[in-house]
Amino acid sequence: MSDDDVRRAAIASDERDSFAPAPAGTHAPLDSPEYRSTALRHPAHAPVRLDPAKADATELAGPVFGDDAVTEADADLTRAAHGEAVGQRVIVTGRLLDSGGRPIPSSLVEVWQANASGRYAHQRDQWPGTLDPNFAGAGRALTDDEGRYRFVTIRPGAYPWGNHHNAWRPAHIHFSVFGRSFTQRLVTQMYFPDDPLFFQDPILNSIPDEAARRRLVARYDHDVTEPEWALGYQFDVVVRGPGATPLEDRAHG
Amino acid sequence: MAEATDRPGLTPSQTVGPFLHLALDVPGDRVAVEPGSDGSIVVRGRVTDGNGDPVPDGLVETWQIDGRFARCATDARGEWVVHTAKPPAAPTRDGTLQAPHLCVSVFARGLLDRVVTRCYFDDEADANDVDPALAAIVEDRRHTLVAGGSAVDGYRFDIRLQGDDETVFFDI
Ligand SMILES: [Fe+2]
Repeated sequence: MSDDDVRRAAIASDERDSFAPAPAGTHAPLDSPEYRSTALRHPAHAPVRLDPAKADATELAGPVFGDDAVTEADADLTRAAHGEAVGQRVIVTGRLLDSGGRPIPSSLVEVWQANASGRYAHQRDQWPGTLDPNFAGAGRALTDDEGRYRFVTIRPGAYPWGNHHNAWRPAHIHFSVFGRSFTQRLVTQMYFPDDPLFFQDPILNSIPDEAARRRLVARYDHDVTEPEWALGYQFDVVVRGPGATPLEDRAHG
Repeated sequence: MAEATDRPGLTPSQTVGPFLHLALDVPGDRVAVEPGSDGSIVVRGRVTDGNGDPVPDGLVETWQIDGRFARCATDARGEWVVHTAKPPAAPTRDGTLQAPHLCVSVFARGLLDRVVTRCYFDDEADANDVDPALAAIVEDRRHTLVAGGSAVDGYRFDIRLQGDDETVFFDI
């Protein structure tokens, strides 16, 4: 084999290996007793880890959503047919990256959230928060060439739930991303800085690693804020490799 | 060259919560292949919890090696359904041919991260017998990965998150 062949082979195996599991503490244990709904829904058996040689030779590619599947209006949650949503208008933007820091373009990002009163436009949400006829609470966007998405929405309210006495979810926006491949599929929640409800939220606090938890909190960005219009927040979403461990770094130990 | 510390940390997973339907329940997404067209199959099932009760706020996604994708939220009875086609047999990294299967993700309220499983087909017995992933699973749990039924009648793939006959999930 030539040096080039060796290097190519190394990159190929390196790319595979870089889909290695997330560092410990990044994701919550599925059995997280403080979040009561996990009790009957977490598998009791440990997941089966396949011998890498027995895993799929090709990483499953994500679905392709064409430009026709997503319109510009889908990224603006504040405008309804007959009026505008009530609440503090916000711009939420960020990049979809892999853990090697590479942007993932043309990838679908879906969001859903409660309205400014903390009520979802959902049949099963029946707490006495106020409904807003001009807020459906769902949006979608495709990332651009730099992996960037951008939504215009309103800041959601906190809402109560039955998990424990006086339980309130901190304000949050649900995010669903596809990335490029099966391994990169991720659903998560974005929070707002300095929310006083963090301390009692078992969903956010189910994540063991504090630094990982902090990555779910958006950053206020005055450069994204638009005068006379809306407050700006940045929230990057980072999914697993490939490319988490570039070959060069390995060579340097 | 970027320093290791320049690399962004992974974003943790969170539950889809009870209101996932607002964004993720897109009726057209249930259909990867038009019902009735050549090679189309229907796969349905029920998601249940550790008490055997239905999970009415879940989402089942099927991904395939041929690029097909479908997803369906569970209804009040925990039932989901997708229309697709059987994927071709795909090789593992060491070149072994696998039996046709769907790669399945399950999201739900109460699941802080998705769980991942595989849906094989009962009418592919010969291929299933030599499938390396099925062979890696203890024999008395293997059937949890095999959908019963046929291309004509449709396949049934029930997913038990916990308890008796818990579905086998994979660490990916
Ligand atoms: Fe929520």
